[in-house]
Amino acid sequence: MSLSMPIAAAPHPLAALKRLLGTQEAVLLLAIILLFVVVGLINPRFVSDRNLQSIFLGNAYIAVAAIGMSMVIISGNIDISVGSLIGVLATISGSLAVNGFPILVCWLVPLVVGALVTGFMGLLVAYVRIPAIVVSLGMLSILKGGLISVTAGAWITDLPEGFHLSQMKPLGLPMPIYFMVFLTLGAAFWMRYSATGRAIYAVGGNAEAARLSGISRERTIMTVFLIHGVFVGIASVLFATQLSIIQSTVPPNLELTIITASVVGGVSILGGTGTVIGSTFAAILLAAIGSSLIFVNISPYWLRAVQGVLILLTVLADLFRRRRQAGGR
Amino acid sequence: MAMQTSSGDSTAALRAVAARHETLLLAILVISLAALATQSDRFLTGENILNQGRLMAEVALVALPMTFIIITAGIDLSVGSVLGLSAIVLGVSWKNLGLPLELAMVVAVLTGTAAGFANGWFITRIKVPPLIMTLATLALFRGLAEGISQARSVRGYPEWFFMLGQGEVLGVPTQLWILVVAIAVSWVVLSRTTFGRSLYAIGHNETAARFSGIPVDRYKLAIYTYSGFMAGLAGVIFVSRVSTTRSDMGTGLELDVIAAVVLGGTSIFGGVGTITGTVIGFVLIQLLKNGLAITGVKGDATIVVIGTVLILSILITNFVQRRRGGDT
Repeated sequence: MSLSMPIAAAPHPLAALKRLLGTQEAVLLLAIILLFVVVGLINPRFVSDRNLQSIFLGNAYIAVAAIGMSMVIISGNIDISVGSLIGVLATISGSLAVNGFPILVCWLVPLVVGALVTGFMGLLVAYVRIPAIVVSLGMLSILKGGLISVTAGAWITDLPEGFHLSQMKPLGLPMPIYFMVFLTLGAAFWMRYSATGRAIYAVGGNAEAARLSGISRERTIMTVFLIHGVFVGIASVLFATQLSIIQSTVPPNLELTIITASVVGGVSILGGTGTVIGSTFAAILLAAIGSSLIFVNISPYWLRAVQGVLILLTVLADLFRRRRQAGGR
Repeated sequence: MAMQTSSGDSTAALRAVAARHETLLLAILVISLAALATQSDRFLTGENILNQGRLMAEVALVALPMTFIIITAGIDLSVGSVLGLSAIVLGVSWKNLGLPLELAMVVAVLTGTAAGFANGWFITRIKVPPLIMTLATLALFRGLAEGISQARSVRGYPEWFFMLGQGEVLGVPTQLWILVVAIAVSWVVLSRTTFGRSLYAIGHNETAARFSGIPVDRYKLAIYTYSGFMAGLAGVIFVSRVSTTRSDMGTGLELDVIAAVVLGGTSIFGGVGTITGTVIGFVLIQLLKNGLAITGVKGDATIVVIGTVLILSILITNFVQRRRGGDT
């Protein structure tokens, strides 16, 4: 302790840089840059305009969903129904659109329904105290089964003019990029500086201490789930409006991809730590890795193995870093 | 010695709670059986029941070690991927590497066991939380299965191999015999051995268990390895049942398995659960699936019912316990 105090009091520029580089966000950003440079040198088409657009455009919704997921995990919970919920909400959005509802309604209803579904889960988790993994497991079955039995997997086509939010390009940049950037920054700011945002960390870190300092565990978890639902709603609209058809099924392994983004982004599955900036960087990194395999001639079938190794490495790095901080100095 | 009596008392109390949940489940099981039987005369026939047992075996086999793991407040999300990896290893080592099929079967089960051991090793030695470790290997093992096979399926197994998944011994599907033995062994181990009882202690309070001299890490390593072994075995049975090997086999299995275990009254917080509960859990799920399908409900709608039953059963148990707690 006595050794660490002077370092903290008078930060040496190198020490400050070292600390910054030690954060998960910096590591991820470096990894993203490194990946683009290396794969770009091997195959310049990887950094072509078209491929960059497809990486960011096609995965921005995952980053948006990972923001809400990160909040849920930081609060000490989890939601494994998120992939099914996105499938359901995208289908609702598309169905409203082909049935002639105003475009704005098609964009906003998924947000409301999303918040209702996750709010119901939050209710069971916060007040009835059923573990989130069980509640969301049940919800996954209900949503997935419900969706397939209602739609029979029929594609939604002939979507009306003006519905495709994700294809709009204000100031030349695709709309999903705006959503990803502004929602990430907004959420990061809110998590860091608002009382409720701090309460999420407190509840996830030590629920009993949080209670003793006057934070309502119930209300905080309820808030987290409601916000998560809105983010999932936004992600669903971005997902639904990026192509000219909606498949009205549950995208396979989507929940795993979203949870992976949160975890690789530095959100500790034990709750209490992590940032949404990290999860957004991780979502970009995962998408870029997925895209890069093809450009360096590796069969895309190895993608999932690479992802698995990546999660493992992140977690191990995190564990060792913590251990060094705890036992080191 | 004094310690042992007090922990004996608390487990007796817990067992009473678990018993309540099992009673409730049994009631649901009987009622739904009766209701479904009146809907169709094809449902309550010996042939149909045995056939359902065949379909249930893979989930059931994996649910047994999962009960152990969840009792210690752990989880294993990778079981579906371990199953898939073992299936691929079976197919590839027989077809592509030219091993005799008998040997390939052993290699496949060993692969599953090694996968489970890897999970357990990282969880106990490096202290990676089980949820995140097995989430990583859920992706990793499935990725290995896809990468090794390049998503190509393997077919053309010899006739004798189908004995395991499609054959019968004394009129009962082969894998049901394996399942019955596995249930019996797991039941005895969990409820009648020091090892089994220690799992409850670990789930209740791991630190306390450590201090009272239980080799926590060795026991945990053992149950995750057991889980991998069972998933590997289930993988071989699966291949034998459907006559082909594909890399997506067992996708989502973890959800069915965890649903069965939790429905059976094992608490996800650890410390509570029985093999009897788990058995009722997976039987109930399979019969609901089948019964609803027979009475004309589409397969996908039955998933909705299972999700609802899962949440409802926990809500009701929770409610009953809370009211009992309020009375005293």
